[in-house]
Amino acid sequence: MSAITVTVNGIEHRLEVEPRVLLVDMIRTRLGLTGTHIGCDTSNCGACTVLLEGEPVKSCTMLAVQADGRRLTTVEGLARGSELHPVQVGFHEEHGLQCGFCTPGMMLVAAALLERNPNPTPEQIRWAISGNLCRCTGYVNIVKAIQHAARLRADAAQPVAAGGAS
Amino acid sequence: MFPGSFDYRAPTTLDEATTVLSERGEEAKVLAGGQSLIPLLKLRLASPALLVDIGRIPGLDRIELRDGGLTIGARVRHADLERDRRLATTFALLAETAPWVSDPLVRNLGTVGGSLCHADPAGDWGSVMLALGAELVLRSRAGERVVQASSFFVAPFEPALRPDELLTEIRIPAPRGRSAGTYLKLERKVGDFATVGVALQLEMTDGHVARCGIGLTAVAPTNREATEAGAALVGKELTDEAIAKAAQLAAAAADPRDDIRGPADYKRDVVRVFVQRGLRTLRRSLEEARS
Repeated sequence: MSAITVTVNGIEHRLEVEPRVLLVDMIRTRLGLTGTHIGCDTSNCGACTVLLEGEPVKSCTMLAVQADGRRLTTVEGLARGSELHPVQVGFHEEHGLQCGFCTPGMMLVAAALLERNPNPTPEQIRWAISGNLCRCTGYVNIVKAIQHAARLRADAAQPVAAGGAS
Repeated sequence: MFPGSFDYRAPTTLDEATTVLSERGEEAKVLAGGQSLIPLLKLRLASPALLVDIGRIPGLDRIELRDGGLTIGARVRHADLERDRRLATTFALLAETAPWVSDPLVRNLGTVGGSLCHADPAGDWGSVMLALGAELVLRSRAGERVVQASSFFVAPFEPALRPDELLTEIRIPAPRGRSAGTYLKLERKVGDFATVGVALQLEMTDGHVARCGIGLTAVAPTNREATEAGAALVGKELTDEAIAKAAQLAAAAADPRDDIRGPADYKRDVVRVFVQRGLRTLRRSLEEARS
C-alpha cells in the first residue's frame, strides 16, 4: 500500500491505496464522488475526465499514486455552493445534454478551455472536446453551451458601463 | 479493468532510478505519462513486477534551445510541445505534429519520451525524430550513451533500450541553412492512430537541398526513415521532377500491411502522395519566407 495525499475540489484527503488502483476508482469508491463516470475504460471516451492541476486528463488511465501531492477538480467542484459555474449554466440554457453521461467530462474540458482561451471559436471548441464522446451525438448544443458560457464569463468580467458608450 | 499487482517506486533522482533499474530492470517497466503503458497493464498485455515512476524526478520536463539545437527532457508532454511558441519557427515539425497525437486529454499526460520508448510502429514521434536526425540519451548506472533515432527502433514495440536503461533526453541538432518541416497524417477519425503518416524536415542552403529527413509512420514494422529518398534530394534544387523521384523512392521504402485501416497498396501510394504534397508545401513556405 502507498500513502498519498490529494486535494480534490479544495479538500485534502490522505489515503492508503494499492499502487494498481486507478484514479477514477479512487475518486468514485474511496471519495464517493460518482460524478466522474466510467465509460469505455480504455481512454477513448472521456467520461472519466477530471482536471489535474487545472488540465483535463482521463482518470481511467492514470494511477491514483501518480496524483500524490496534486490538485484535482471533479465535476462536483465546478459549482460554488448554490451558484452554478458558467459552463453549467451554459449546458442548462442551451440544452447541452441528453442522457448526461458524457456531461461531467464535457463541462470540465469546457471549463479548462475557457481558462486558457476565454473566447474560443466553434472550431477551437470542437478540437478541445475531441477527446470526449457524446453517444447521443448532441455536439451542436454542446458547442453552443460552451459559447454561452464564454459569453457569461465575458459579461461577468466586463460590467456594463452606465450610460452606454464610454 | 484493473492492472495486476505490482511494486511501485517513485524515485526522486536519476541516480535512484538507475539504481532501481540496475537491480530489477528485467522485471520492471518505466512509467512516464502512462498513456500507452497503463492501457497495456489494464488489458494485462503487460504485467511487470515493478513500476518505476519517473514523474517525481525534477528537471526531466525541460525544453531547451541551445546552439540552434533543441533538447527535450524525457517527461516533456505532447501538450508542452503543442504550446511552446518558441518552436513555431525553427522546429515547426514538432509543433505541427503534437496536435496529431491522440486527443487533447491524452496529450496532457502522455510524453514524447514515453511514446518513443513504447516504439509503436504507428507512433507519430518516431518518424518525426528520424526526420530531424535526433539522438536519444540513455542513462544507466554504467553511464550515459547516445543512440541515433535511426538505430533506436529495432522491431515493433522494441526499442534499443536495455532493461537497466532510462531515456533521459532527446537531442535534435541545429538545422542547416533555411529549414521547414511538416507532418502529414491520414487517420480514420480524429485522435486515431495513423493509417499513414509522413514526417518531413527540409533544410536548404543556396537554393539547394542540404538535408531532407523523411520519416514514415505505420507503414513498416517500425517507424522507418526513407533514407534513399532523402539522399536523392541532397545537393539538388527542389524541382517538381526531384520531388516526384523522392516520393517514389519513399513509397518503395514503405513496407505496409493490409489491415483494418486499408490495403497495403493504398498505404504505399499515400506515402508517395504525402511526400510529394509535403515537399511542395515546404518549398512554397520557404519561398514565401524569402520574399
